[in-house]
Amino acid sequence: MDQAKNFTKGFIRENPVFALMLGLCPALGTTTSAYNGMGMGLATMFVVIMSNIVVSLIKDFVPNKVRIPSYIVIIASFVTMVDLGMAGYMPALHEQLGLFIPLIVVNCFVLGRAEAFASRNTLGSSVVDGFGMGLGFTLALTMLGASREILGSYALFGFQFIGQDGMLVFILAPGAFIALGYLIALTNKLNK
Amino acid sequence: MEYIAIVLSAILVNNIVLAQFLGLCPFFGVSNKISTAAGMGGAVLFVMTIAAIVTYLIAHYILIPLDLVYLRTVTYILVISSLVQMVEIILKKVSPPLYQALGIFLPLMTTNCAILGVAILVIQQDHTLMSGVVFAIAHSIGFTIALVILAGIREQLELLNVPKGMRGNPIILVAAGLLAMAFMGFAGIV
Repeated sequence: MDQAKNFTKGFIRENPVFALMLGLCPALGTTTSAYNGMGMGLATMFVVIMSNIVVSLIKDFVPNKVRIPSYIVIIASFVTMVDLGMAGYMPALHEQLGLFIPLIVVNCFVLGRAEAFASRNTLGSSVVDGFGMGLGFTLALTMLGASREILGSYALFGFQFIGQDGMLVFILAPGAFIALGYLIALTNKLNK
Repeated sequence: MEYIAIVLSAILVNNIVLAQFLGLCPFFGVSNKISTAAGMGGAVLFVMTIAAIVTYLIAHYILIPLDLVYLRTVTYILVISSLVQMVEIILKKVSPPLYQALGIFLPLMTTNCAILGVAILVIQQDHTLMSGVVFAIAHSIGFTIALVILAGIREQLELLNVPKGMRGNPIILVAAGLLAMAFMGFAGIV
């Protein structure tokens, strides 16, 4: 497959959140601000790249019957690394994302990439795929976080541009569903 | 009294789907009919309770005494996925009708983040075994309620003339948002 196409497919056309509706739990649960969304996206991107590398390296040795459990263990090990690393170096962000860091392990999008792509392709294209898809996921979470932050607290990445309280509902749970609904409608329009 | 507070909080105030954003994949994936939504809810109730008990025992008798808490994520996910497999095999032998009813939903359970999420929350919030079980049952009831309500809304949505751009997933998400807004009305009762 053409590597450039392989890299960019995750941005809009096969975007994990907007087009495939995968990984919705962290996408809605952590995007109260653009910064949190980006942090979650980058953490997931690390896991997806690393697990794609390992899965594509071991794909010839793993018996077919136990492949899913072995992929899950590989993913879980990288998630533990991210969890401990973030707790050590970015305690404030780690506190904000909370439960959703260990839950990267059950993010269907990460396991989906391992099963659908990395277990069938070479190391090189698996890395490119993990990088592109991870970037698409980060992009989606940052966009969702940014739109919720702009509407909910009239700010972007913490810089407030109107000196008053925003529409609080977009920071709370209902706003997450509604903002994602409109962003998906927008992506559908762009995909046509 | 303590248990009543746990139950009310889990079902109405901190609903696992609508307020904590766990288990969204099945929430949108299997909510097109009320009957499948109820089946999924039953399967979640079953697996979540067993998973909470088993992971509680593992955490308190293996991980914490041996100082291996950093292995939490790896152990839990392995335990849950083998548990799901085991429940499937046992149900097939012991109770074929129940297996038939839950059948297709059981394999989906491994990647349901609500199961792992509740298992982790039970340990994080320092529950005892008994209150942990109540916590897990209450959360799965909350999950079922949200799922069945959304399925009811979706059955009605099919009859409506939705604007072209919002058809499919976008309108379902907006409906879920309004449902979450309704559940916000319960805030503060516990």
